[in-house]
Amino acid sequence: MHAVAADGVWKYFGDYPALRGANLHVAPGSCVALLGRNGAGKTTLLRILAGLSKPTKGVVNIHGRIGYLGHGIGVYDDLSAFENLTLFGQLTGVANPTQSANDALEHVGLTRVKDGLAREFSRGMRQRLAIARAFLHHPELLLLDEPFTSLDDRAVAVLQQLLAAARARGSTIVMSTHQIREAMELASDVALLERGRIIFSGPRNNDMLLDPGWLYRTYGDNKS
Amino acid sequence: MKRGLSAAFAIAAKDLRTEWRTRESLNASLSFALVILVLFSFAFDLDRDERLAISGGLLWLAYAFAGALIVNRSFAREIPNDCLEVLIAAVPGWAIFLGKAMACFILLLIVELVSLPIFGLFYNIRWVASFPSLLLVIALATWGITVVGGALSAVTVNVRLRELMLPVLLYPLMIPLLIGAMEMTSGLLNGRAVMSDIRLLIVYDVMFTSLALYLIEFILVI
Repeated sequence: MHAVAADGVWKYFGDYPALRGANLHVAPGSCVALLGRNGAGKTTLLRILAGLSKPTKGVVNIHGRIGYLGHGIGVYDDLSAFENLTLFGQLTGVANPTQSANDALEHVGLTRVKDGLAREFSRGMRQRLAIARAFLHHPELLLLDEPFTSLDDRAVAVLQQLLAAARARGSTIVMSTHQIREAMELASDVALLERGRIIFSGPRNNDMLLDPGWLYRTYGDNKS
Repeated sequence: MKRGLSAAFAIAAKDLRTEWRTRESLNASLSFALVILVLFSFAFDLDRDERLAISGGLLWLAYAFAGALIVNRSFAREIPNDCLEVLIAAVPGWAIFLGKAMACFILLLIVELVSLPIFGLFYNIRWVASFPSLLLVIALATWGITVVGGALSAVTVNVRLRELMLPVLLYPLMIPLLIGAMEMTSGLLNGRAVMSDIRLLIVYDVMFTSLALYLIEFILVI
């Protein structure tokens, strides 16, 4: 059974097809780097997998609880860091939301400011809070939309640590990214989206790791 | 189901807590209701019978306008930082809607209960004797306003002119509810027993609550 199975997924925005029969099958426990140029359909596909958008055509099956990190940080400015995480613990049915919130704050280094309102945090602190929120309930499936974009060094380190821990727990990860080098280091599999279609999907190999541009040159539309 | 209900209560508590800290809709709504009541009291020179005859209409006009201000913020509160996406990914749509409706209901009830003595004072209307029945009418009609308003707040959350669109869509749908609430309130303030008409409010509430709970998933996930 796949953790994610998307078959023939189409998504129209007006007359424009953002996805054109995309197929993606992700094995449980794998980490998929979803690559593609701007406008290829990465965010649209991730939003459909997360249940935030309905496909116009096609079938999507998801197994397990979802942790989603999108372009927005998804935390409330008028709640404290602790209140934000406790709330998401309650929403996702975590057994002990208070304890989970405290643990998550410690993981991302925000314990000292846990009672401060999120609106008073620096950008980096808000990003770490968003990361803590996405990982709080130990989801079986993590859907991350460009998770490394505009993170500071500390937030990148926190995210890498949490991703490694999630993989060790057996969680499945699907992340879209433009930071190909970081993605290749983490990924077990790679999927390349081009104009709404998955044109390559398979295990990451050494060529991809040594030369991040290899995939685009080999399978992309303007391949040599 | 149980997890959905506990999520709904958590969302309602969150909305009330953030509203208590910012008071962005409570202050506006309460001020608006009071201004309408005070302005009308100066605009018309009415004798006691006339005042009693129009009392229900006056009160519910103020409540309906105040309610629109509160429900307008309901889903709009989730726009900063894309919080609505996180809620939709974590919680079924009906639980999000129910939580938001509960929070709006409490906020609007506060506005109404604070406005009621002011209304009595400015229009010289004695409402204390009929308060238990009046409270039932207010509660049922307020739930109707928050349910219909909450659903329309979700519909208009991504619309650029949502502050304008929401009242345009909301008031026509509230007409049957407001007519019933106005007639019953006027009757109660005149000392008439009108509780048999309460069925209208109950039917409206049940119908629109069921409809909103069923449709909200289609509204939120498009």
